[in-house]
Amino acid sequence: MTRSYRRFGAAPAALIILALLLTVSPAFAQLRLDVTRGKVEPMPIAIPAFAGAGPEEGKTGRDMAQVVSADLERSGLFRPLDPQSFIQNVSAGEGPRFADWRQINAQALVTGTVQGQGDGRYRVEFRLWDVGAEQQLAGFAYTTTRQNWRRIAHIIADEIYKRITGEDGYFDTRIVYIAESGPPERREKRLALMDQDGANHQYLTDGRALVLTPRFSPSAQEITYLSYAGGTPRVYLRNIDSGQQEALGDFPGMTFAPRFSPEGNRIVFSRTQNGASNIYALDLRTRQPMRLTDGNAIDTTPSYSPDGSRIVFNSDRGGSQQLYVMSATGGDAKRISFGSGKYGTPVWSPRGDLIAFTKIDGGSFFIGVMRPDGSGERLLTEDFLVEGPTWAPNGRILMYFRGGRSGGGRAGASRLFTIDLTGSNQREVNTPGDASDPAWSPLLR
Amino acid sequence: MLARFVAVAGAFVLLAACSHAPPPPPPGGPGGPGGISSSRFGPGSQQDLAATAGDRVFFDYDQSDIKSEGQEILRRQSEWLRRYPNVSVTIEGHCDERGTREYNLALGERRAQAVKNVLVALGIPSGRISTISYGKERPEIPHSDDTSYAQNRRGVTTVN
Repeated sequence: MTRSYRRFGAAPAALIILALLLTVSPAFAQLRLDVTRGKVEPMPIAIPAFAGAGPEEGKTGRDMAQVVSADLERSGLFRPLDPQSFIQNVSAGEGPRFADWRQINAQALVTGTVQGQGDGRYRVEFRLWDVGAEQQLAGFAYTTTRQNWRRIAHIIADEIYKRITGEDGYFDTRIVYIAESGPPERREKRLALMDQDGANHQYLTDGRALVLTPRFSPSAQEITYLSYAGGTPRVYLRNIDSGQQEALGDFPGMTFAPRFSPEGNRIVFSRTQNGASNIYALDLRTRQPMRLTDGNAIDTTPSYSPDGSRIVFNSDRGGSQQLYVMSATGGDAKRISFGSGKYGTPVWSPRGDLIAFTKIDGGSFFIGVMRPDGSGERLLTEDFLVEGPTWAPNGRILMYFRGGRSGGGRAGASRLFTIDLTGSNQREVNTPGDASDPAWSPLLR
Repeated sequence: MLARFVAVAGAFVLLAACSHAPPPPPPGGPGGPGGISSSRFGPGSQQDLAATAGDRVFFDYDQSDIKSEGQEILRRQSEWLRRYPNVSVTIEGHCDERGTREYNLALGERRAQAVKNVLVALGIPSGRISTISYGKERPEIPHSDDTSYAQNRRGVTTVN
C-alpha cells in the first residue's frame, strides 16, 4: 500500500531538481498563441522521442514524448505532428536542423534527452524551439527518481504551454472523483484518484460506504468529502499518502458539501438542523466551527473566492435555488444569479474572475460561468445531466460530469468531461468505469 | 439411494430459491389472511408498518410539504407507532435525479424533517424519530421518467 502511494508519487518537489538550461530565451518570443480569442487554430508542434543512451533510457524517452504530446493535444491548442513525417532524427547532443522542421510545417519543436545517473536517478533535459525564428524559447533540466518520469513529462508540457500561451499550465495535476458501479438503486460509489490524464489510477475506498463530493486541499495532500461510513452522512478529512481519515467535528445531524479555504486552514460546509441547511466554517487548527448563515433555507455548496475574502453559495431563501455571495465571515448575502431556471454548485475560479455553476432550466442541465457580480452569464454545455464543475488550476478549463438516462435496471452512463472556457474542445476524461463529482487539484509543485 | 440424493439436492434448490426470493408482497385488504401475515412479517416490523399504515409519503418536485394523501398515511403511521411504543424509526428523505447533488441532500433532509414534524405533531415523541437524507443517491424506481421521479421523491419511515 505504502509502496503504491510512493510510486504514484506526489513526489515531494525536493526530489525534482531543476536547472535552467544555458540559452536564455529572447525577451519577447515571437511564437505566441493568443488563447483569449474564441477560436484558436492549434499550433503545429513536433515532439520527437527524447533521446536516451541505453534501451531503458530510450524507452523512457519515447514514453515521455508521448505523454507531453498527449497533454498538449488534449488542450486543443496544439497539434502534435505525426512522428512518421519527421525528417531529422534528433539524437543527443545534436541541434535542430530548422529547415527540416519548417518543411513539415512545425512551428514549434521540442527536443529532450534522458540520461541514467549513477545513483539510479534520471537527468532529463528538454528544450523548446521556435522553428521560424530558429531560437530556443525554453530549456530546463530535471533530476529525479526514475519512476517519476511521468510527472517530469507533465511538468515539461506545462512549461511548453506556459511559454507558448502565456498562461500557467495544468498538466502536473491530479483528479479525485467518485467511481460508480452497480444498479442505480444500489449504486456503489468509491473515492478514486488519478493523474489529470487518467494514469496512475487508484481507488481510495472500497465502496462499502457511500461517498460523495471529494475536494482537494490547496496542498493537494488532503481530501475532504462526504461519507455515510458512520451511518450519519458526515464531512470527512483524509490524508492521501497515509490513508488516515477522520470525521470533521461532531455535529448532530448531517454535515455535507465541504470545501477547503484557499489557505487550507479552514473547511466550509453545510450542516442540517431541523430541516434547514446552514453554512459553517471550521478552523482546522482550533477545531472551532463558525456559523456563517442563519435561517430556515437551504444554504449549501459554499466556495471561497481565491483571496479568501468572500464565499459564493447556493440558497433557496428567495423561493428557488439561486447563487449568492457573502463575506467569508458571514452576514448579508447578495443574490447574483437572475437568469431563468435554478442555479447550483457554484465554484469560484482560481483566477477570481468567474464563477462556474450548474444550471437547471427547461428540463435540461447546463454548465456555465458568470462574473462574481452576476454579469456576463455564459452557458458552455447542455445535456440531460451535466453537473458539478471544477476548475483547472489555470482557470481556463472546466471539468464536470455528464450522466445519461437510467432504465432497464441500468444506471445511465456517467462520465467526466473537460471543456474550454470558450465552450470549445469538449473532451471525455479517461476513467476505468462510470465517474462523477470530479475535483481538480492545484498544480502539484 | 439415488432418489434420496435427488430429494436432498431438491431441498437445497428450494432453500436457495427461498433465500434469494424477494420478500412476499404485503397482504391484501381485510379479506386477506391477516393472522398469517402478521405472524409472517412480525408485529412492529417494517413489513407490518408498510401493510397497516403505508411506509412512505410522496412529494412534488422541489417541494417538501406533506400532501393530503401523505397526511393520512402519517396519521396511520402515528397510530401504528402508538401501538408499538418500543419501536423507533428513521425517516429517509429522497429526491428525484433532477436536482444538483448537494442541494438534493439538503432537500432530502428537509423532506425527512417534514415527515418527522407531522408525526411529532400527532403525538409521537421526537426521540423515537431520527432522520437521514439520501438526496438523489437511492432512487426507488431506477428509470429516468416523470412517473418514476414521482415515486422517487419520497419520505420513507423505516423501523430501526
